[in-house]
Amino acid sequence: MVRDVAVIAFAQMPNVRAETVLNEVEMLMPVIHDVRQRAGLDQQQIGFTCSGSTDYLSGQAFSFVSTLDGVGPWPPIQESHVEMDGAWALYEAWVKLQLGDLDTALVYCYSKSAPGPLQEVLSRQLDPYHVAPLWPDAISLAALQTRSLLDAGKATEADFAEVVARSRRNAMDNPNAQLAWDRAEADLLAEEPMVDPLRKHDCPPISDGASAVILAAGDRARELCARPAWIRGIDHRIEPMALGLRDLTVSASTRLAGEKAGVGGAPMDVAELHAPFSPQELILRDALGLGDHDNVNPSGGALAANPMMVAGLTRIGEVAQRIIDGTAMRGVAHATSGPCLQQNLVTVLEGDPT
Amino acid sequence: MADITLPAALQGVELVRSVRTPARLEYTYTAGVATTRFLNGLAEGKILGERAPGGKVYVPSRGADPQLGVPTTESVDLPHVGTLVSFCVVNVAFYGQGMEIPYTSGLILLDGSDLPLMHLIQECPVEDVHIGLRVEAVWVDEADLGPTLESIRYFRPNGEPDGVVTQPGAGVTW
Repeated sequence: MVRDVAVIAFAQMPNVRAETVLNEVEMLMPVIHDVRQRAGLDQQQIGFTCSGSTDYLSGQAFSFVSTLDGVGPWPPIQESHVEMDGAWALYEAWVKLQLGDLDTALVYCYSKSAPGPLQEVLSRQLDPYHVAPLWPDAISLAALQTRSLLDAGKATEADFAEVVARSRRNAMDNPNAQLAWDRAEADLLAEEPMVDPLRKHDCPPISDGASAVILAAGDRARELCARPAWIRGIDHRIEPMALGLRDLTVSASTRLAGEKAGVGGAPMDVAELHAPFSPQELILRDALGLGDHDNVNPSGGALAANPMMVAGLTRIGEVAQRIIDGTAMRGVAHATSGPCLQQNLVTVLEGDPT
Repeated sequence: MADITLPAALQGVELVRSVRTPARLEYTYTAGVATTRFLNGLAEGKILGERAPGGKVYVPSRGADPQLGVPTTESVDLPHVGTLVSFCVVNVAFYGQGMEIPYTSGLILLDGSDLPLMHLIQECPVEDVHIGLRVEAVWVDEADLGPTLESIRYFRPNGEPDGVVTQPGAGVTW
């Protein structure tokens, strides 16, 4: 028996290349205040708090503990943290609410991607014996995946340009986007590769950011929100660490998570996919069976802003906000973690029929 | 686990028992607005705390009241004297240690502050260090002042009678 749990509020900060004035606490605090205000709750009315971030990005051990200063955890609160994207913090909170003794949860995530050398920092998540000592950077790994995709004949560079042009054009309507422009696909294809076969525009910007959602269960959600975005299904799957064990041209974990979350069956009004590199959107659309009519990444997705540990939860928030606003009835949100789409989480959200 | 048959060329080769894979990453740390004020204060020979809307004064501050989760709103120039609220005597040598053992690390609640600051207690035999001891900051020479807590060399007894110690957080009700 699954308990009905909904996203009832979402907030995010405008994404920036580098926040060089505020520390993480000062940067995150307004987002926490914003999301609680949207839900009409103060911290003491929230049953469970869970955050996502990683100390590797800030270069400080247990840095996430200090950000609780911006939450106000006094009197002591029930709290947890995942060293992952906030989407997985949301999963933990969803499981916690399934237990039935709590009705509300605050989920937040933040990162400064820029304090350290991001491409090298990310190499620390790889197999520590055989791969990490080679320091392969994140763009090169995505380029390996892209080369596989091209070689298999599953996509063309023109397909990548279509993803990029559409995403960055969509981002022009997203006030929180960091990178937005309107450029013709032919112009994009005329550019030289950066890490062949990836061009610079196929890659995400480096972003600092933060986002947060409030979850509420059952009647509490209906009390607090006119149109809760109900989580109809949520599932996450992981693939082997060794890149050589995986077919990089498909995402078996996304396909399975999507099936378990109930993606098939009815059309989507909105799909937000966490595809940091443009070819990955094609792999994800294939894995989830999404077509051109499914309104993929109206926010611009991770190509518009890619704050590490945040971009996944923001995908869930972008879908949920459209349901809360009444502009969408049903949507799917996807979050990824690890190199070349190693781990994937899929959430299906729905509004109440009007 | 099943035995693995090695190719002839590898038979008898010494086993690899460990690998060393050094990693080094450089970070640029952003102190933030409140901590920047604190650090710049030290460079001027001042200890600057931050007052939160509830009235509590925190030093050093990260810009938020850790109880209320709201921004601090006022910079407070704190006196350089306080009361020792806890301490430990370090008798163990460790890598990177710059101090001669034994020495004392203390939590010092500066007068007018609600959050104790950690620093060294010196010019006092370790057996005489006790909770309630009144202490004062000993600064480096003016020319050596910088935006670092090392601008304060240590705290030492200032000769005042023992202070009344209220454990931080004591008396907080909810």
